[in-house]
Amino acid sequence: MSAETATTPAVKQEEALLSKRRKKIIADPLNEDNPITIQVLGICSALAVTTQMKPTLTMAVSVIFVMVFSSLAISLLRNTIPSRVRIIVQLAVIATLVSLVNEVLKAFAFDMYKQLSVFVGLIITNCIVMGRLEAYALGNKPYDSVLDALGNALGYAWIILAVAFFRELLGSGRLFGFHVFEAIGVQNFPTNGLMVTPVGAFIILGIIIWVQRTKTGYVEH
Amino acid sequence: MSQSNSYVIKFTVILTIVLGGLLSLASVLLRPIQQKSVEIDTKKQILGAVMSLEGKSNNDILSTYDAVIKSLVVDINGEEVKQDESGQPVIAEDVDVARMYKISPEKRKFPVFKYHKEGKEDDVLAYIFPVYGVGLWGPIWGFLALDTDFKTLKGVVFDHETETPGLGARITEGEVQNRFQNKKVYNESGELVSVTMLKGENNPSSRLDDHHVDGLSGATITAVGVNDMLKAYLKFYESYIKKAADGKIVAYIE
Repeated sequence: MSAETATTPAVKQEEALLSKRRKKIIADPLNEDNPITIQVLGICSALAVTTQMKPTLTMAVSVIFVMVFSSLAISLLRNTIPSRVRIIVQLAVIATLVSLVNEVLKAFAFDMYKQLSVFVGLIITNCIVMGRLEAYALGNKPYDSVLDALGNALGYAWIILAVAFFRELLGSGRLFGFHVFEAIGVQNFPTNGLMVTPVGAFIILGIIIWVQRTKTGYVEH
Repeated sequence: MSQSNSYVIKFTVILTIVLGGLLSLASVLLRPIQQKSVEIDTKKQILGAVMSLEGKSNNDILSTYDAVIKSLVVDINGEEVKQDESGQPVIAEDVDVARMYKISPEKRKFPVFKYHKEGKEDDVLAYIFPVYGVGLWGPIWGFLALDTDFKTLKGVVFDHETETPGLGARITEGEVQNRFQNKKVYNESGELVSVTMLKGENNPSSRLDDHHVDGLSGATITAVGVNDMLKAYLKFYESYIKKAADGKIVAYIE
């Protein structure tokens, strides 16, 4: 596929590689236009995988990979994709990339594959990926689309990692499987079973959204 | 912008061929590595029932496996099966326990992995049997290692396909599997009772006897699946266990 050979698309001479506008494309989704907390997309996987840090990290990396390359592919093809079948085309591209991630995990990180393959498959239905393809990559140049995908994927990644941090810490008393409380000398830390269930993710997510909206002053219109 | 039907069809056909080709290519290129991963993973699980594999490299695992495991295949009556219906030799490592699960127990092949002292095939330290069953969302499986007294569990390993991470998926954790160590699968009068996971976690130690282990909070159905699986497969292997136990006693008298 031509996507692989064109990872560094030509940049217009007038605009710097990381101009102010482009920095904003990356930075906005991290906070003020965050896909999870503001656009409220990708909630299902934010609830499902975030019981522990390690699978969450793998999930975050997989989503970044899928988003960046699907945006690149769709953006490169944007003038040839027939508008009547564009949703199917987007789905096909995403599904192919997700299957590739799954195959690579199976070959090189079998333990992770066993733990995560269900959720990796669900990246296909992650609204953030298709949302950005539909809203941005279809109408913008490849480089900008990649930046937009990267920004949104990172915005997704930091939120799920933050949720996983609190859920694993409070729910199992661990981080990346490491027994934190034993290490600092607190024996019998009362772990909170609620945190291991999706309810815990809702609570943590709610608190993050609350804190964020208080700081940015965002209100629903 | 509206395109003609033929353009739409042409575009989708080309896209399908390109994406399909890409996937087939990846699948073909990665298959040998994936098969090796699966083989290492299986051997890791078999060995994991009797020893800690922490810090061992994949090559270590393969060479250790060859040095300490001797395998055979038995049928439901505990008789050794050397050839399949078409006369091909049967290899225990190649028996697909998941596929066997779908046919009736009388027709199944049951692999046995004998864990012996390094280099001494007759000096058996434990008998390792595969187990297979259903959890909450999908299949669960594992291996149990029975000590040479044919009563005591030396260790277990469990694995699963789609149990909930943090809940049912905890059956893969060493901490949960260690609970089964030194539990007895036969009671005083020689009846098969297996080992049962209780409902709920942090049960008082008074409830944790030789045949009961602490359960999984929030994953009762997975725990029940584990219980059923252990009981079913201990039953399937009972003839073999009895035969092996008798053989052992004869060996002692001699």
